[in-house]
Amino acid sequence: MRHRPIGEDIVRLDCVGLRYGLGPEVLQDVNFALPAGSFHFLTGASGAGKSSLLRLMFLGLRPTRGRVVLFSRDIAQTQRYELPALRRRVGVVFQDFRLLDHLSTLDNVALPLRVRGVKESEVQKHVPELLAWVGLAEQLHSKPPTLSGGQKQRVAIARAVIGRPDLLLADEPTGNVDDHIAMRLLYLFEELNKLGTTILVATHSEQLVQRFAHHPRLHLEHGLVQKVQ
Amino acid sequence: MMLARRSDLPLKGDATSRFLPWLVALMVFLSAIAIAGAFVVNGVISRWDRDVSGTLTVQILPVAGDGGEAMTDERVRAAAEVMRRVPGVIAVNPMDKKQTLALLEPWLGSTEVVKDLPLPRLIDVAIDPETRVPLADVAERLAKTVPGASLDDHRVWLSRLISLSLTIQWLAVAVVVLIGGVTSTTVVYATRTGMAVHRDVIEVLHLIGAHDDYVARQFADRAFTLGFSGGLVGLAMAVPTLSAIGWAARRLEGGFLPQMSLPLLGFIAIGLLPAAAGIIAMLAARVTVHGTLARLP
Repeated sequence: MRHRPIGEDIVRLDCVGLRYGLGPEVLQDVNFALPAGSFHFLTGASGAGKSSLLRLMFLGLRPTRGRVVLFSRDIAQTQRYELPALRRRVGVVFQDFRLLDHLSTLDNVALPLRVRGVKESEVQKHVPELLAWVGLAEQLHSKPPTLSGGQKQRVAIARAVIGRPDLLLADEPTGNVDDHIAMRLLYLFEELNKLGTTILVATHSEQLVQRFAHHPRLHLEHGLVQKVQ
Repeated sequence: MMLARRSDLPLKGDATSRFLPWLVALMVFLSAIAIAGAFVVNGVISRWDRDVSGTLTVQILPVAGDGGEAMTDERVRAAAEVMRRVPGVIAVNPMDKKQTLALLEPWLGSTEVVKDLPLPRLIDVAIDPETRVPLADVAERLAKTVPGASLDDHRVWLSRLISLSLTIQWLAVAVVVLIGGVTSTTVVYATRTGMAVHRDVIEVLHLIGAHDDYVARQFADRAFTLGFSGGLVGLAMAVPTLSAIGWAARRLEGGFLPQMSLPLLGFIAIGLLPAAAGIIAMLAARVTVHGTLARLP
């Protein structure tokens, strides 16, 4: 993981607007920044645009207008071949997990390492360790269709954090797990945050946000983002 | 090892895996036939060329009427004498009527009627291939000295055969290029279908930071395996077919056609077809994946 000075913005959105096709703007004039080493919640009602906002940040979408700056690089002015290197610094927990059903749990979690060309011996050492940590030591060779919703979610989280990302974006990461597992996952995120990873957790669970109320919250409503202390 | 490299995409179960090898097999089979045909025709023409280079034929028209036979013999002797004086001539072999009849026997038989026909007489002339014989001058001198004599250097029919051979070779090249084009196009569409089927997997790989080449390599490896294995099947079908054609041709030859055989270069070209099919498929897949991924954000 790269060390960056505290306070430097990991991601910044300036006057960002987003619309799909000819539809209405999902996001309007979004302005916010995530300083390095920060931990934020992103809240908002279902359909408010939380997932779209995350997609802009993990470079799954381009804004219709405005500027997205990731790791001090203006995305609009970054060459396409340079984007994979930026994406590798971002860990993403997708709302629908997006696990590859034909691969085992181990192979799913190993993907970010393999696309970086990490040695297979390293992969075989680190992936089982992490899976054991999230309580899936027994499911190393199970395939996603045989896992429960909560287990899939933990695999998705393990895949997002295995590469020790500089920025972790989690879309409803505790939506399918019981309270005990949800707390454990949030503690994992806090551990990562202490190690320097900037975290943004999108959730509509008010209860979860209240439990971790020491972290600031960004609230998305009517296409606009407001910071709630 | 390319065939054993890991793949994150479940490409083995695709419909492409079932039809592409058979299509490539057919293409390689047709290419092998076209290549073998071009090489064999080229060999036959070269052999003809070699056989007739260094020879000339003088033809003397027979003299009709009483005593015509003796007069014809006299003209043959005179023509032979003219030819012997030409620099570069190694041997002059006038054929008597008996030898001429022997040449015609395979086509006209040996009946008495044939013996009475007024047959032109031939003089087989061997020339030194290194010496340039002024053929036009010799032909003119011959025509002046011996009425009814003409000189044939076989070039007219040979040049037609050589141009036929060249046409066949270009046709074979065109067939092979066309087959390569059809194979590439099929791989392009098969790859696009594969990418559409596995769009979700590709998107995940893309979003976790896979370079386009990481994805392209997996499609390319699979396309190479399918193209190469299909090529081997096509080669396995072509070898017995070509052997059967060769066997049938040897039975037909009977002195009319020169011996037909495939040169070493022909064997090498046909042997390389499966690898060529694999490489074409691999490149087509790689280019297609890169082109399609370039449209992703």
